[in-house]
Amino acid sequence: MSASGPISKHPGATRKRGPRRLRGLPFVLPYLPLLIVFGIAPTIYAIDLAFTNVAGGWVGFHNFVRTYNDYRFGPAFKHILVYTSIWLCLLVVFVVGLALLLHGRAGRVSATFRFLFYIPGALAGAAAVLVWLFMLDPSVSPGSFLLRDVLGADIFAQSIAPGNLAYIFAMIAFWTGAGGWIVVMYGALNTIPPDLEEAARIDGAGPIGIALRLKLPLIRKWIAYMVILSFATGTQLFVEPQLVNQASLGLVPDTWSSNQLAYQLAFRYADFNGAAAIAVDLLAIGLVGAVLIVTRTGLFRTDD
Amino acid sequence: MRGAALGLRLVTLAAFAVFFIAPVLWLILAPTKGDNALVTSSPFSFGSFHQVSLAWRHLDAFSDHIYRHWIGNTLYYSLSATAITLAVSVPAGYGLALGSFPGRKLVLSLTLISMIMPGAALVLPIFLELNSLHLIGRAASVILPFAFFPFGVYLAYIYYLSAIPPSLLDAARADGAGELQTFLRVALPLAKPIVALVFFFSFVADWNNFFLPYVVLADSNQYPITVGLSNLLSSTPSFNPAAGGGGQSVNIFRPELALATLLAVVPVAIVFVLSQRALVRGLVGGSVKE
Repeated sequence: MSASGPISKHPGATRKRGPRRLRGLPFVLPYLPLLIVFGIAPTIYAIDLAFTNVAGGWVGFHNFVRTYNDYRFGPAFKHILVYTSIWLCLLVVFVVGLALLLHGRAGRVSATFRFLFYIPGALAGAAAVLVWLFMLDPSVSPGSFLLRDVLGADIFAQSIAPGNLAYIFAMIAFWTGAGGWIVVMYGALNTIPPDLEEAARIDGAGPIGIALRLKLPLIRKWIAYMVILSFATGTQLFVEPQLVNQASLGLVPDTWSSNQLAYQLAFRYADFNGAAAIAVDLLAIGLVGAVLIVTRTGLFRTDD
Repeated sequence: MRGAALGLRLVTLAAFAVFFIAPVLWLILAPTKGDNALVTSSPFSFGSFHQVSLAWRHLDAFSDHIYRHWIGNTLYYSLSATAITLAVSVPAGYGLALGSFPGRKLVLSLTLISMIMPGAALVLPIFLELNSLHLIGRAASVILPFAFFPFGVYLAYIYYLSAIPPSLLDAARADGAGELQTFLRVALPLAKPIVALVFFFSFVADWNNFFLPYVVLADSNQYPITVGLSNLLSSTPSFNPAAGGGGQSVNIFRPELALATLLAVVPVAIVFVLSQRALVRGLVGGSVKE
């Protein structure tokens, strides 16, 4: 490999002719400011704020202890943990189940279903919440019989009773995100060599046996990826409870989730150090999740 | 026995299809009916186009055409951010895939970690940072954080890793091309699929983002549509009886809110349908060989 090209007349090209060991760097340069300013710097700044006080003095873990002892901290973390657990169960059972069901189908049928399941993904975020506020309003919902029978709700305020919220948010998250994951799982199932399946069939395994004993273990790392990623994402819940709070006249607290609590600390109390402490708690969860995925599942390549 | 299993399978799939599609269908039909008809008529009945135009006039009149501003803002934020993302991440992915410079591994690892980390985890830290720099409340305080899209860099990296054999680059260099020309002549023309993929993910993520603009923007004229919808929600009396009188005076009821939600997802829905095939391949294509 020779790196030395002839001298270019183009201005600005001089750097590209630099030593071979810097090859590629100029192309990465425009990206670096973004990575530093919006990836690394905010993380470092939040950590710095979390360990200092308003005057900038080092206070150790004081902000963490202080926010931990806030009467809203425990409930908020409990809410997101319950919500995340329900959501993860829904994802694991139904995404994997539906992907396995689809994988045995003829191409056309399977593709149609995959597309139908995927459509709600277009309504992620605020739009999905609004749609489900309508679905949860017994006076207009096509599922009003379900609301009455399952939730015992005759009016909207009963549908979004605090005890239901974790389930509702889990269902909204499942509704918008499951289709995308089904596509991923289906793609992963397609990577299983057909002769492996054929061999199992010759050995006398039925479709359910093949699904459980052959296919499932082979997509294990994708399931792990989905679970860890969704766990980290689930803990960051913000838009859903924030909108439901607005539609509930304060019935649902504006500090339902941890991110909301951090937001309130920053915006209502101008307690940036406390907000940073909670943000760092959540950042740590996200970071641990990300590192686990990268190091344990082997799904992402960082070397060639 | 086999027939029963097949039937059970189809019934299960169909039941889930109803769960995923019925709310969307309801949303499409809701603006065709008045607020009363929404309650009294069957949920999936069609009202009239006249009602749709009535709902639009109410929505458009809300707060001096602010709905148009919200859509315009969202287009502006999402498209600018996505343009920067593309301009930055395609070369960066190329540089990381085929380059060899000190710190390459570090940049890759940081990219990977910030890509997998949920975006919301960085919102408050970014707010705190921008706040300390007095950069709150500008279009750039939304666009620039949006433009940091590590997933785009990773997609471009994975793509160039397999799309271009190093020998091709050597051939270009042997022909006398500098590094920049090599990129422009060999790598850029090959970038089409990756541009489509990065455009899709970046645009959709930016369009749907609620938390960041909610936090860093203060003036409702600057809101993107997601935050605007939450504003409308507060003005809809059926969800916010406190707005009762307000609801009458601004004419925002459930059909208007449904129309606002529906129109807000149209651009994303278009992008979704257009890129469906590329997507199904691309979502998994990254690390699993098909």
